[in-house]
Amino acid sequence: MTTPESVRIEPEESALETTVEELAPLYRQMLAIRRMEEAAAKAYSQGGKIGGFLHLIIGQEAVCVGATAALQSDDYVVATYREHGHAYAKGVSARAILAELYGKKTGVVKGLGGSMHLFDKKTHFLGGYGIVGGHVPIGAGAAFASKYRGDGRVTLCFFGDGASTIGGFAEGVALAALWKLPLVLICENNQYSMGTPLYRSLAVEDVSLRALAHGMARDRFDGDDVITVKRRIAEAVARARATSEPTLVEIVTYRFRGHSMSDPGLYRTKEEVEEWRRRDPLGRCRQRLIDVGMKDADLEALEADVKAEIDDAVKFAEDSPAADEYLPYVIKE
Amino acid sequence: MPVISYREALNQAMREEMERDPDVFIMGEEVGHYNGAYKVTQGLLQRFSERRVVDAPIAEMGFAGIGVGAAMVGLRPIIEFMTFNFSLVAIDQIINNAAKIYQMSGGQYHVPIVFRGPGGPAVQVASQHSQALESFYAHVPGLKVAMPSTALDAKGLLKTAIRDDNPVVFIEGETLYNTTWEVPEGELLIPLGQADVKRTGNDITLIAWSKMVWTCLDAARALADDGIDCEVVDIRSLRPLDVDTLAGSVRKTGRCVIVEIGWPVAGFGAEVAYQIQRQCMDSLDAPIERVTSDDVPMPYAKNLEDEVQPQVKDVVAAVRRALYLD
Repeated sequence: MTTPESVRIEPEESALETTVEELAPLYRQMLAIRRMEEAAAKAYSQGGKIGGFLHLIIGQEAVCVGATAALQSDDYVVATYREHGHAYAKGVSARAILAELYGKKTGVVKGLGGSMHLFDKKTHFLGGYGIVGGHVPIGAGAAFASKYRGDGRVTLCFFGDGASTIGGFAEGVALAALWKLPLVLICENNQYSMGTPLYRSLAVEDVSLRALAHGMARDRFDGDDVITVKRRIAEAVARARATSEPTLVEIVTYRFRGHSMSDPGLYRTKEEVEEWRRRDPLGRCRQRLIDVGMKDADLEALEADVKAEIDDAVKFAEDSPAADEYLPYVIKE
Repeated sequence: MPVISYREALNQAMREEMERDPDVFIMGEEVGHYNGAYKVTQGLLQRFSERRVVDAPIAEMGFAGIGVGAAMVGLRPIIEFMTFNFSLVAIDQIINNAAKIYQMSGGQYHVPIVFRGPGGPAVQVASQHSQALESFYAHVPGLKVAMPSTALDAKGLLKTAIRDDNPVVFIEGETLYNTTWEVPEGELLIPLGQADVKRTGNDITLIAWSKMVWTCLDAARALADDGIDCEVVDIRSLRPLDVDTLAGSVRKTGRCVIVEIGWPVAGFGAEVAYQIQRQCMDSLDAPIERVTSDDVPMPYAKNLEDEVQPQVKDVVAAVRRALYLD
């Protein structure tokens, strides 16, 4: 019998080797995503400048940053409605993301998609999707096209543990395995599908085991350490690129905030949240940077640079003109 | 000019478009080795190989979504549903993804995909396999919806649909595959959004699409014996809808009957009726009549099945009502 405790995976004791050169850009991305989302939360709560649903990834940043770092620039990424970090990691600017959240013309999708539907063709970011699991076949479709053309690209498809119970996931995984598509399926297991813990959603809490039924490669590990995420996803990406075999990867992580801004998260104990905050992948990454020799002055400069970037992005979003057209984007002429 | 079947016309359309564009591929259940459940894809596997004629397992949501993803990055998938009844388990992919991605992405990604297969009531296959679902799809902005009634339209509209940069829901008449029509060889493109006058007349306009066009033509022949001269207009494309051609006909005749094989409530014919009255109020000499199936799931028994669906006699009766003859 599985219990809530069974999903706890303690951080690895021996950290993988890295360097300042490798880690600093990843830390910078994680910090920028954290600050960007904090700015979004503030704009949402104070003054209603952002409306609708706002799902924050705070606490899970190592997953999207580490995984995307394993890609080449023309590889595809497809994600869920909790995708600000994925878009940023793929190369979308904080300006374009925040302006979108503000519903502005300068937003990455011109104010037509909002928080849940960031898309960016030039960075090959295939979008954020709001129907749980419905985008898994889309990721498989991009991978199908890569195999059809032999273009050597790999697609990363992110989804939550909550998606593992729905048909889109089941069919996407089954077809990716059957047709050997160059796809890496990444389950960001943050242990709650909205307010329901894993043990009340899944008979078997290990989502990666689903791969076995399809003869698909699988992996499962803890997502606190961005270098671990990068290395392990790189293995799956290499497999996809070299042999066109998909992999189902489950990364155990935790969101510090509620499911969305309207969720105070009362289904979790204060102690549980505190424990995971103690394991904060951002703080851990920062400490690691110091350990591998980043100078204080360099770290301070990096953090000041991130602050300036996000301050500028907020100002850009605030000052941008309102969204003003929607008709041209219904039917392509 | 060669006379070919509706089935052969569709096959020619796909074959020609696949010859023309290497990005076009077909995916669906039994489309390859089985040659299609309704033999529409007959011979295409032999011609184009398994790379481009892809047999899918029973996973409509999965392979419809794979089509959407492949279309986003530049391929031109033709997704065959064995019947449109099975599109219902893929409708999230069609409505939430295919129809919306162009808009959600701010115009960055478009989805050139065709979802095709037979639809509409068939013969004695009961309620789950015998229904008209076009009103569901015609409701959705971002989709185009085509429903050919003849082999000529089937070929011309399907070729256009495959070249369209938007998702096209292409519903074939399940009972029309063996019907024949004159179809020119080679290039034939019929624009989406052009209705077609299938019979000219002066007394009343009958508006229909797909199989009901044939029922209306039969009714028009029967009514001609009584000296009633019907014009039959085939909508062909529900979205975009060619209101101008429909309204032009009704302005000429002053009377209109809309015939659809689907259910009455919120059926597409109600939208057509709204558009006609909006444009032709001053020309109408009688209320617009609708003929639909009964408001029930399709029964199995042949006699009941016939009773539920619009028959020639039902169209004749509606025409006589609109002419104040009864």
